[in-house]
This record gives sequence, structure tokens and C-alpha cells, in this order.
Amino acid sequence: MILLTGNDLASGDVIWWTGSGWSRHVGEAVDAGSEADAILARESAARNVNAGYSVEAEATASGPLPLHIKERIRASGPTVRTDLAINADIPIVKA
Amino acid sequence: MYRYDQYDQEIVDARVEEFRDQARRRLAGEMTEDQFKPLRLMNGLYLQLHAYMLRVAVPYGTMSGKQMRMLGHIARKYDKGYGHFTTRQNIQYNWIKLEDAADILADLATVEMHAIQTSGNCIRNISSDQYAGAAADEVADPRPWAELLRQWSTFHPEFTYLPRKFKIAVIASEEDRAAMRLHDIGIELVKRDGKVGAKFFVGGGMGRTPMIAPEIRDFVPEEELISYAEACLRVYNRYGRRDNKYKARIKILVHELGADEYRRQVEEEFAHMKTLGIDPPVAELDRIRAYFADPAYETGLPEAVDRSDPDFALWLDQNVVAHKQPGYAIVNISLKPTGGIPGDASAEQIELIADLTERYSMDEVRVTHAQNIVLPYVKKADLYTLWQQLDEAGLGASNLDLITDMIACPGLDYCSLANARSIPVAQKIAQRFADPQRQRDLGELKLKISGCINACGHHHAGHIGILGVDRKGVENYQLLLGGSGAEDASIGTITGPGFGEDGIVDAIEKVTDLYVSERQEGERFLDTYRRLGMKPFKEAIYG
Repeated sequence: MILLTGNDLASGDVIWWTGSGWSRHVGEAVDAGSEADAILARESAARNVNAGYSVEAEATASGPLPLHIKERIRASGPTVRTDLAINADIPIVKA
Repeated sequence: MYRYDQYDQEIVDARVEEFRDQARRRLAGEMTEDQFKPLRLMNGLYLQLHAYMLRVAVPYGTMSGKQMRMLGHIARKYDKGYGHFTTRQNIQYNWIKLEDAADILADLATVEMHAIQTSGNCIRNISSDQYAGAAADEVADPRPWAELLRQWSTFHPEFTYLPRKFKIAVIASEEDRAAMRLHDIGIELVKRDGKVGAKFFVGGGMGRTPMIAPEIRDFVPEEELISYAEACLRVYNRYGRRDNKYKARIKILVHELGADEYRRQVEEEFAHMKTLGIDPPVAELDRIRAYFADPAYETGLPEAVDRSDPDFALWLDQNVVAHKQPGYAIVNISLKPTGGIPGDASAEQIELIADLTERYSMDEVRVTHAQNIVLPYVKKADLYTLWQQLDEAGLGASNLDLITDMIACPGLDYCSLANARSIPVAQKIAQRFADPQRQRDLGELKLKISGCINACGHHHAGHIGILGVDRKGVENYQLLLGGSGAEDASIGTITGPGFGEDGIVDAIEKVTDLYVSERQEGERFLDTYRRLGMKPFKEAIYG
């Protein structure tokens, strides 16, 4: 599956496309499929997302999970400051 | 310490207001990200892995208590309560909001600080020896020279768009505490016939092609410092590779031309530069130098220090360094507690250091390239009281230059360029070697970790270096041995195949065990490695 991500323009927070808007929780992200480029273009122009791009992900029992470790850390927060994590339960290293 | 004159303050204030308008226009949709990105980068504002990151310049690592307190204020008010001191003697904040960025820059400007030229292909913050002005072994205080270079390089119109970023370090002693020869230009102040001048080394650096800068000129008189530096930059600006980012640093140009040909071209340009009269009058350097005059030392102070508290005695032996002035000492505050994040300090710790700076160090504090803090002017009589307050705040780690005093870049926990995490590896190593006696037995051992080939964690210059790489989406760590950023500068060699996160800690232990069994009297780890070579270490690691 393809997830869309980027940063909130004003706060810089990592955000994920939910199908109707943007969330800070990757668990609410949806597969953008073949619409990815069109959605990114539209949402970037509206300044709903900054520096947006798409990432590959897999569906898991607890929701979508990016495939690459960098994106999982982006979704989770710094692994060395779990007190600041947004989605601390995300497995960083794949089993 | 240097104080802004009216001109300094005006240009910094003007830049804040210019950026405020740029940020407003970006937020209002009057600029695209592509248009805005180079503007925010010119003001030190990156977009990192989790949020905007602001890098604040600390010129040659020197601050007053008031300036340090402002860094704590920013951490508390605008960030998540902490900051990260870097290998460029700067500080970075990881959680900045674009809508706050101009206010932060305005706050910084009230204490004569800014984030200008902490990014981009320009001359970055000038770094220096953290013991400047306090060390007994220097020929002169290097900071007036660094300040002159700062003024020359700030907003220099010719060097705003260099082929690549450009880093300069200035030291003034044979002992190199600033990794001088791993800079684009390294300057060592030397004395000749009673006059102080500058020895120039050009073309050093780390990154994917590490190089030690060759000596380009053995003596540049102080009245010609700017002309010579400008000549070095002009040759680079003209011939540096702009077509390939990975070959754009000056080290590649110097290497490709050869030091002799680069020197010849610089001398030719220098001869021309001298006719232009761009060097400031010596009176200007004298004016700057007056700001760095020795503080008002007290005389007749006691030399003896009560060592009856064993924990204090450990700290005294490891973190306190001899001062040029009788009765005083240089104090290193380690930002490497066991299990901590190298270089990180909380707002409360930063504010405490600001208080201690004012109370015990004649209102001066330094940031080191090893991501520690220095109080350069402490009375020996105050050391115990000072240590008690540091220790209570988690700042009393007694590990300067030991294996747990690691340099580590933010790595994949924060950095969008990184391939692997650095901090968790640093924490595991610190846990493995937590026993203070074991650390001391190993002696001086500089371990440096980078999360990618850009080498922000100086892994090439570590006695033991670790480089994190991405191996098919999995973090992997290469081990290097034999590097040094000191006066005996050298580039480390990769031992062989890499390791996982736990395997790299085991490998380091095998290496240090071999050192312990093979060392000769007085040998540091690096000395033993250089005597024995890679072979026995490789056998110990890989069997």
C-alpha cells in the first residue's frame, strides 16, 4: 500500500493522509493507491501538507506500517525519547 | 568577550525582520516551499525527520551566562525542553515551529546571537579551541582572529554561494583540541621572530572522502590574514566542482590539483589581493583583541584542593584541566552521562550552567566540538562547590576523553539524511563500559559515531569510529580503528564486515580487550593500534 506523508506547514509535525485530511497518527493513514500524486499536488497547493511524498507500507493488525525503518521512526518519534513519541507502540525494527 | 557594535546589531536585527516577513509569506501561501527553502536554510532552519530544526551559531564556541540562559529559555518556551550541542560548537533545537521561528531569532538577537550561515554553501560558524585564553600552551588567544574571520565572512557577497559549505577552525597551540586539520581551512597561530602569524592548512574534511589538510603556508602575518583567506576562497570559488555535489568540497580541489599547484594559485591570487587593500588596519584587530583581554584574575589564591570526597576526586582528575593562571582551573562539564544522549542538555541544565558561568567562571562558557561544555575560569577554591551543583543536576559525569565520552550525531532518531541510529549504539556502549574503574583503566579513548557517510559524528577521526549504514533496510554498523582529530591527525581504517546493533558493542569490547592485553607502558589505545597495526585487531574481532 502507498501512504502519503509530509509535515504540517506551521508546526512542522509529521502528518499522514487519512483520505479526508491529515493526521499525526499513522494508524489513521489510508492507502492512496493510484491517486497519490494527484492528492499530493492538490494538498500541497492548498498548504495542507508541506514537503509531501509517498511511502510504501504494509497493512498490519494494528494498522498501516511503513516498510522502511526511517519512515517508522518518523511515524513513531525518536526511539531514544519515547516520552516524546506520538505513536510509541510502532515496532521500529521489523521482526 | 566580543560585544556587538551598532553595525553588528543592526544587520542581525534587520535579518530577523526580513525572515519574519519571509515566514509570513510562506505561511500565507505567497511563496512555495521551493522558493522558501533556501531562505529558511540561510537562517539555520532545516526541515528534519520529525519537525523543523533550528541550528544556532555559537561563534568559536564562546558565550556569556546571559547568552547560555537564552538557549535554555528557547528550549523551554519554543522546543520540548532540551537542546543538542553539536560538533560545530553550535546548538540545535529539534522541535521548532515555523510560526515561532522569527520570534526565536528575535529573542536570540537580544543577546547578540543568531542562526545566520549555520546552513547553506557559505562560510559556517568559525570554530576554535575550547580552552582559548585559558590554556598555558597557546601562543596567543585565537578568538580575536576567529572573530575577525567571523566579521569578514558574515554576509560576504562573494562567498554566499560557494560550491559547497565551508568550515574554518582557528587554534593557537601545538595540541589540537579543535580537529583543525579536518576543516576546509585550519589555521594554527604560530610565533616567528616574536610576531604571531597564521599557519594555513587547506583541504581537510570528513564526509564520504575524508582528508587531512596539507599545510599551504607556514606563516601569514596578522595584517594579511584576510587577504590570504580571501585568496584561498577565491581559488576554490573559481575552480571548485559545482557539477557534482560529492566532489564540490575544497578538499577535492586541493587533492586533484595537488597541494603545490593549489598553493601556487593561491599565492598568485594573494599577490593580487594585497594590491586591493582589503585587510583591516591592525588597529581593528587590536580593537577586537581588547574584548578578549584576560579577565580580572585574583592573585594569591590557594592551589590546594581538598580531595577527601572520592567521587569529587575522580571528577577532579578526569574533567579538570590546568589553567595558565595560578589558583584557577578549566572545568569540563561532560554531557555524556551513562544512558544519556551525547550532547543533549535540558532547559534546566542549560540554565544551571548559565548560573554557574556567572557565579564561578567570570561569565564565560564554551561549547566543545566533542559536545561538552567548558567553564574556563574557575577558582580552584570553588571546584568542590561547583561539582556538587553539577552532580546534583546530572552534569557530574567524570569521563572526559574516556570511552564513554563519545561524539555521536543525532542519527536516524532525528536526521533525515541518516541511514542508521547513532544514539542507541552510544547508549549501549556506555552501559557496557559503565564501570568507572574500567573506563579509567582503558585511558584516553576517543570513540565517535556517525549515522551516515556525511560523518557529522566524526567517525573517521575516532580512535574507534563507528559508521551506521543501511543494508537493505536494516541498520548495520561498520567499525573503524586508528583515526585521530588531534595534532597527530589520521583517518581511521574499516576493520571489515559490519555488525548489528549488539554485535558492534561486542566487537568494541574485543578490540579494547586486545588493547589491554597488548599495551606497553604508557600507551594509549591509539598508540597500541599504531604499533601493532590492523591485523591482530581484525583477528580478535572476526576470529
